Amino acid sequence: METHELISAVQALEPAAVPREKVDRAAVVAPVERFLELMARLRDEPDLRFDMLCTHTAIDWIAEARLELVYCLYSTVHRHYLVVSASVPREAAVMPSMQALWPIAEWQEREVYDLFGVRYTGHPDLRRILLDDDWQGFPLRKDYRDDFMLEGPK
Amino acid sequence: MSAIVTTLEQRIGRGATTQEFFVNMGPQHPSTHGVLRLVLKLEGETVKDVIPVLGYVHRGVEKMGEHLSYRQFVHLTDRLDYLSALANNWAVAKAVEKAAGIETNERIETIRTLVAELQRIASHQLWWGVFGMDLGAFTPFLYGFRDRERITDILEETIGARLTMNYIQPGGVMFDLHPDFQRKVKEFIAYFRPKLEEYETLLSRNIIAQERMRGVGVLEAAQAVALGATGPVLRASGVAHDLRKSEPYGVYGKVEFDVPVGARGDCWDRYWVRIEEIRQSLRIIEQLIENIPEGKHLLVKPAVRTKVPEGITYSQVETARGVFGVLLVSDGKDVPYRIHVRTPNFNNLWAITRIAPGWRVADLVTMISSLDIVVPDIDR
Amino acid sequence: MGSGWETTTLAERAAEAMPGSLLAGAGYVLLAVVGASLFVAVLGMALIYAERKVAAHFQCRLGPMRVGPHGIFQTVADTIKLLFKEDIVPAQSDRVLHLAAPFFSMMATLLALVALPMSPIVQVADMNIGVLYITAVTGFGVLGVLLAGWSSNNKWSLLGAMRAGAQIISYEVSATMSLLVVVLFSGSMQLSRIVESQADGWWIWRAPVVGVVAFVIFLIASLAEISRTPFDLPEGESELTAGFHTEYSGLRFAMFFLAEFVNMFVVSAMATTLFLGGWMPFHIGGVESFNAVMDLLPPGAWFALKSAAVVFLIMWFRWTFPRLRVDQLMKLEWKVLLPIGFVNLFAAATAVVFGWYFFPF
Repeated sequence: METHELISAVQALEPAAVPREKVDRAAVVAPVERFLELMARLRDEPDLRFDMLCTHTAIDWIAEARLELVYCLYSTVHRHYLVVSASVPREAAVMPSMQALWPIAEWQEREVYDLFGVRYTGHPDLRRILLDDDWQGFPLRKDYRDDFMLEGPK
Repeated sequence: MSAIVTTLEQRIGRGATTQEFFVNMGPQHPSTHGVLRLVLKLEGETVKDVIPVLGYVHRGVEKMGEHLSYRQFVHLTDRLDYLSALANNWAVAKAVEKAAGIETNERIETIRTLVAELQRIASHQLWWGVFGMDLGAFTPFLYGFRDRERITDILEETIGARLTMNYIQPGGVMFDLHPDFQRKVKEFIAYFRPKLEEYETLLSRNIIAQERMRGVGVLEAAQAVALGATGPVLRASGVAHDLRKSEPYGVYGKVEFDVPVGARGDCWDRYWVRIEEIRQSLRIIEQLIENIPEGKHLLVKPAVRTKVPEGITYSQVETARGVFGVLLVSDGKDVPYRIHVRTPNFNNLWAITRIAPGWRVADLVTMISSLDIVVPDIDR
Repeated sequence: MGSGWETTTLAERAAEAMPGSLLAGAGYVLLAVVGASLFVAVLGMALIYAERKVAAHFQCRLGPMRVGPHGIFQTVADTIKLLFKEDIVPAQSDRVLHLAAPFFSMMATLLALVALPMSPIVQVADMNIGVLYITAVTGFGVLGVLLAGWSSNNKWSLLGAMRAGAQIISYEVSATMSLLVVVLFSGSMQLSRIVESQADGWWIWRAPVVGVVAFVIFLIASLAEISRTPFDLPEGESELTAGFHTEYSGLRFAMFFLAEFVNMFVVSAMATTLFLGGWMPFHIGGVESFNAVMDLLPPGAWFALKSAAVVFLIMWFRWTFPRLRVDQLMKLEWKVLLPIGFVNLFAAATAVVFGWYFFPF
């Protein structure tokens, strides 16, 4: 499917979804409230069939005090990509877990929890994955500071 | 519904009976290929549960990337999957070129394809050797390394490095091909084809090896896709997903090659797919080596701090282990606002938690090896 | 059944000398003890050197080359290194058993060496139940392995020890079954008499078909008994790191190592003695000139050559084959080797009853 077709197909499923600008492929921003339902339909809808969660990560937009959660979906049936994102507030970052839809989400979400501190509801085993269990703070947040960090080039 | 944070002890403590015991496989264990730690729940020799524990070589590549220019970030990707350093370089170069609109020429793309395929062969050779060793046969290891040496020698002449290549950069490749490159690659192909037959005789046709692989660790197609497995692991399960075919980059669109696909998704299929991929890579190299187009090899000076316009770019390449993706978020500066790498091994690894239960410890070793895991790539 | 060879053993000589001069008797005992220890040490080092060189050449490399010409002193250097290494006993281990275990392994090997006829005059003790004796004392070795695995208090070691226990005890059945074939044909359990019975032809072909089958079964089963590839599951370095001897270091590790290599020799020597004519030169019945040429080589050299050939075969296996899985191993023994062994033994018995040998005497 072409980019605009994909976007309109998503909008048919979720009217509140808006196209995300400045992405090199089909991308939409969806509201958090009905996110799980939308993702379930994206996976199961016969002409979408996004059966693979390619990657899941977050972007810390600290100026706007929100974390943008990015899901990159791929369909091995139709061979098309879709980037779905949703924003959660930085201070109360809670998101439904996609683990029931794509098992790989279990670990990708653990990674995002580890590095960004997003809490996933319904996750069976939410704990740090790359860092120690007793690590303080979430390193990929822009305001993370540590003793051994140097100031970046400006 | 509230999100509950658990600890490793709680995860381990779930549902253990007196007959079962836990044993740490790794972080120092010869078959975890680095510092991967698997907590195994065993009943006798039978594996009941596998809990991978990661992070022993976590270096915070993504955090470092937020402070480095795009050219500098290429260095770091060498150190992820060190056996596919060139493909990883290429993924970053591709992302930056796409985002910043940098053009390349035919020569650059051909060189990239050639060296990436050479390294794919080298990577599979190493995997083959290590796989033999994990099955308990030591000799394949040395055979694999003997032939891999030839490729590293060829690449060293051009690139100047043997492992962490740092060669493909946005807008070209660091150095032009060495004058001997074409001759030596042709010599290598003539040398290696009979050796590949030797590999088959030594390991593939051995009855013990076959018994150890066939029917072991079956990963079904739907499961493989849902687990986000890519590369030979996914293709062995019967899903013909190869980025070189489905969305050709480089000059893959201009060469003929097949995508080997397995039938059952057991260890044997994963083995066979990789051996077959070596043959296909040889085919690709043979088609390209005769006519490397003329032109400049580098269109952007290495020292230039490329500025990338605001936006998100996701680009991916097919490494020897699967899809390596780079999600590049730029706010218009010469350093990325956020750079995320989707590494094939991180996603492939989890298949082990689904396929290992019910098999023996020895099979677990075979399965880990058949997933072809490189740990720094998982931990980043 | 006179074969024309004068055979004596060290034990016999000691017994002969004993009434006359106690000193001479003690001398023979001392000779046997020192000789055997020296023999084991030298043999162990020679086998380790051979293994390294064989492995190296199978793998397109040279192996040790620096210490002495072609690295022949490399094993000596390594032995010295092992002797001086710290002997680490894990804090949580069962200390007494941990320290004792290597001796059990070593003892089994040494005891087996005693009964091997290496030439007409080199044999320490010639028991009339030689075959039974060797089967019994080699089975003793499993005790060392089990104790080592258990006392180390390491789960991997325990897994290795359990594998070893199951494996060695299972495969002993098949090994014994194939030895019985030769016992049936030669009509004796005394090793020197088994050798003498092969003066006209070795049992491997003189016993029609059953000899070859028994030889193959014996080789496979003994490989499993001494845990050599493809049956090196108790060690399984890629699965269990090093299995039962993970926690051993220094001299105690060296003893396991030495026991393993000397065991390889014991198996080869047994195969030689029972199936390949022992120290008997290669003779073709009736062709006197050919036999005379063969006799130029002393019997001791024949024994060494034959054993070396079997040792080489075992090494060849090791550097070619992958390892079996634990359930496949059991399946091979109980579902394949044992039934074949039984049928073979029955066929052998039939052949003996009806006198179907080649070169009957």
